[in-house]
Amino acid sequence: MNDLIRRYGVTITALMCLLVAFWLVMLVVVPNITLFEQSFRPYLPVVDVGGPKDFYSLRNYAKVFDGSIERSFFGIPYMIPVHVMTFGLTIWYSIVVTVACFALAYPLAFFMAKIANPKSLPTLLLLLFIPLWVSEVLRAFAWWIILAFKGPLNALLLAIGAIDEPVRWIVGYDGVVIGLTYAYVLFMLFPIYNAISSLDTNQIEAADDLGAPWWKIHLRVVLPYAKPGIASGCVMVFMLSAGSLLVPSILGSTTSQWFTQTIDQWFKDALDWNTASAYAFILLLLCTVFVSIALKVFNVKLSDIAK
Amino acid sequence: MSAKIDLENVSCDFGSFRAVDNANVSIEPGEFFSFLGPSGCGKTTILRMISGFIDPTEGAIKIGGKDMRGQRPNQRPTALIFQNLALFPLMPVWENISFGLEVRGVDKATRRKKAEELLELVDLKGAADKMVSQLSGGQKQRVAIARALAVEPSVMLLDEPLSALDLKLRQHMRAELRAIQKRTGVTFIYITHDQGEALAMSDRIGVMSQGRIQQIANPRDIYNAPINGFVAGFVGENNIFEGKSGAVAAGMAGFDTAYGTLRARINDDAKGSALRLYVRPEHTLLSAAKAEENSIPVTVSEVSFEGAFISILCHSDDGKLIVAELRNDGSATVPDIGTKLHASFDAARAALLPDANVRG
Repeated sequence: MNDLIRRYGVTITALMCLLVAFWLVMLVVVPNITLFEQSFRPYLPVVDVGGPKDFYSLRNYAKVFDGSIERSFFGIPYMIPVHVMTFGLTIWYSIVVTVACFALAYPLAFFMAKIANPKSLPTLLLLLFIPLWVSEVLRAFAWWIILAFKGPLNALLLAIGAIDEPVRWIVGYDGVVIGLTYAYVLFMLFPIYNAISSLDTNQIEAADDLGAPWWKIHLRVVLPYAKPGIASGCVMVFMLSAGSLLVPSILGSTTSQWFTQTIDQWFKDALDWNTASAYAFILLLLCTVFVSIALKVFNVKLSDIAK
Repeated sequence: MSAKIDLENVSCDFGSFRAVDNANVSIEPGEFFSFLGPSGCGKTTILRMISGFIDPTEGAIKIGGKDMRGQRPNQRPTALIFQNLALFPLMPVWENISFGLEVRGVDKATRRKKAEELLELVDLKGAADKMVSQLSGGQKQRVAIARALAVEPSVMLLDEPLSALDLKLRQHMRAELRAIQKRTGVTFIYITHDQGEALAMSDRIGVMSQGRIQQIANPRDIYNAPINGFVAGFVGENNIFEGKSGAVAAGMAGFDTAYGTLRARINDDAKGSALRLYVRPEHTLLSAAKAEENSIPVTVSEVSFEGAFISILCHSDDGKLIVAELRNDGSATVPDIGTKLHASFDAARAALLPDANVRG
């Protein structure tokens, strides 16, 4: 702070601080607090707002347990509240997306960091970045076209004889998982790439020289070293996936429902902002808890990720 | 346990650059062999070819008589100690050491026992459970050696492993390395640009320049009887005189210089080529009276006290620098600056040598 004042003078420093403060308070803190406060109040006709019926309760949060449906697990039927099921499926398929992103990003990151010719690296990075210049909506629609029943992917697979009849890709959560993986794979790639490129190549050679096969080198030398990068990639992909509304809306099928879509319906269809806020905070809170537990299980410190 | 290593007409090209040119060496089992040369001379390339990270463009590398072409590093009976050691920072010391055994499927208890044994061998008892970052430079060195020894290699390859240490520790580790080599009987191939290291530790040294092996000999011969000007200049200091060689008789030749005809040793195969006269500063004597032969009048211009010896910088009448070294044993009188003296040397201590052996 003193350094800033010495360098830019009091006026500019004050201006900078005010702008940052405005951004933080007005655009981040206030809206969140407003929603948080709303989430504990019932959805009432305007005349009743502030009246005797307007009091704080956890009723909005409890609504996730309403409306049970019957499901079966290996033939054993059980009842589950529909929103809880949606939430569970959202978490589960976000994990699937995270794992898929890791499986795609790790080999590519290793290739970029240790095998690719440094001269061709800028080209490679550019190729990875170009799709990001197109808006997420358009990219999701592009996938919708690619995955369509009579779309180019089926046409290609039929042409090369890989399949005999067209496959319905956008069924269940398949389209959502594919779309989310595509949308967020780079968020996995770059932290891992950063981690691996700082690994001393001599360590890989040393392990090789000591007789380790390639998978052992990865398991014992590269992966442990890249763990913080992998963890931060996983956290990002998981949180982004679980919080994504656009991709599940476009690439979802009739049988897929993402928890964010449920929140969206409370906001826009039911116009019940109070319950929607409650659901949004449930998602935020439980995802944070889930990620914290996952970090604990894999023995990663938050400070490692921040690096 | 240890194996013979043969390099037969080995060359290695990187694009159009020839890093190693027609190297021929036979390294005996249990030998401590050093490749000595300036950076970029190809010594590390030789080491990486022996360890299997690169294959020679031409020629064959044989370990224990078996051609190693196409064998991956993990299939060769060699263990490499990297310049920066490349210890695994996320494993404790004992796991580092037993890594080679772990990948061979040895069970944990045996690995642990073996690691403890090796730690004892390298004088690092009790460090098994420490992390690498908790060790000092010299201790890391020992762990790297133990890790390489754990896989019971026939050949240990060391790529300037002492260069990161401070002087005292380096001298201590020299003796230590030598002792470990004697204890284990493993063939050591050592890469260094430090002539002192090579001279102190090696059974034999191969001096390299510009991809070529200039001379292979034991340390004494490298220092006392260098084969050419490069070896003489890289291993130790010299006073060098330009001139023309004259008649040869009994391995000695006259050499016409600006300071009259000097006499020095000459090799049979060196005749005729462009030669220069090399004499070591410690073999250059200073006296008040003119010596019988090889005598040059000089003026003392600077006295530099180096500790164990005193370096006297003199200039001849035409301005040529001639350095003489006196042992600091109290017997020699140090001349004052400006004293006029005669520099001389024994003809048997001086040599007429060609320049380095480089590609034409």
